[in-house]
Amino acid sequence: MDISSLIPALGGGILIGLAAIGLMLFNGRIAGISGIVGGIFPFKSNDTGWRVIFLVGLVLSPFLYRIFIGQITEINFDTSLPLLALGGVLVGVGTQLGSGCTSGHGVCGISRLSIRSITATLIFMATAALTVFLIRHVLGA
Amino acid sequence: MFSDNIKQSFVALIAGLIFGLGLIVSEMVNPAKILAFLDVAGEWDPSLAFVMGGALITAGIGYKLIFSRSRPVLSSDFLLPVKKEIDGKLVMGAALFGIGWGITGLCPGPALTALTIGATEIYLFLLAMIVGIFGFKFSRKFLGQT
Repeated sequence: MDISSLIPALGGGILIGLAAIGLMLFNGRIAGISGIVGGIFPFKSNDTGWRVIFLVGLVLSPFLYRIFIGQITEINFDTSLPLLALGGVLVGVGTQLGSGCTSGHGVCGISRLSIRSITATLIFMATAALTVFLIRHVLGA
Repeated sequence: MFSDNIKQSFVALIAGLIFGLGLIVSEMVNPAKILAFLDVAGEWDPSLAFVMGGALITAGIGYKLIFSRSRPVLSSDFLLPVKKEIDGKLVMGAALFGIGWGITGLCPGPALTALTIGATEIYLFLLAMIVGIFGFKFSRKFLGQT
């Protein structure tokens, strides 16, 4: 693998970090996507707007990328439809039960040196790697 | 001229856009890249570690400076999780999330960012994820658990 291919990874990570900084400095909020989505319910009049608007920004970001940076090739999925649905439900339930995902625990939580977030990140990295190992190297899908 | 609420919404929009740009620039919107990182026994792709490294150094330093302030610029308090102890819910939730992430290579941020750039299957994943998130929250509320 070419080392220069890791520069976009580092640059993208810095952008994610800057977004987390902005949301904390101005709004005092954690940039955890599963938390931002989950917090929409139960509805609170002064707390729902920013969540929806943040998510709108996330969804619109590809258009900004196309305007200022370049083309984006369509993303394809190799996972079968039943497994995509199962995975979606597990991601949904798991992030709410475990109070966070890759961004909330993995980026914002670890940045605050939260023991809960460090623990959660180690656990989901481990079960994810184990799942990939089982699917690719044991079941041989 | 503008209320703090409007300014907070503007910050949220910019933060969402920058967050999404970061996911696109780093190719983390592509589940194949995530799965290649998680596949430690295959042709390992360390990209995700560099994404997290870049994000952690940036946010780690930023947060340190921000928390020396008494309050956020547009709000009265920093809203941070108060729980400190590791409980069964955290462990079980993280484990389940990891399994779903490992099956699909998708987590909430990239999946939402991929809404307009993914093949149609992304709608199925997002629908299932939203059912999972709000199904869980509704069942909690109506079963009276905290």
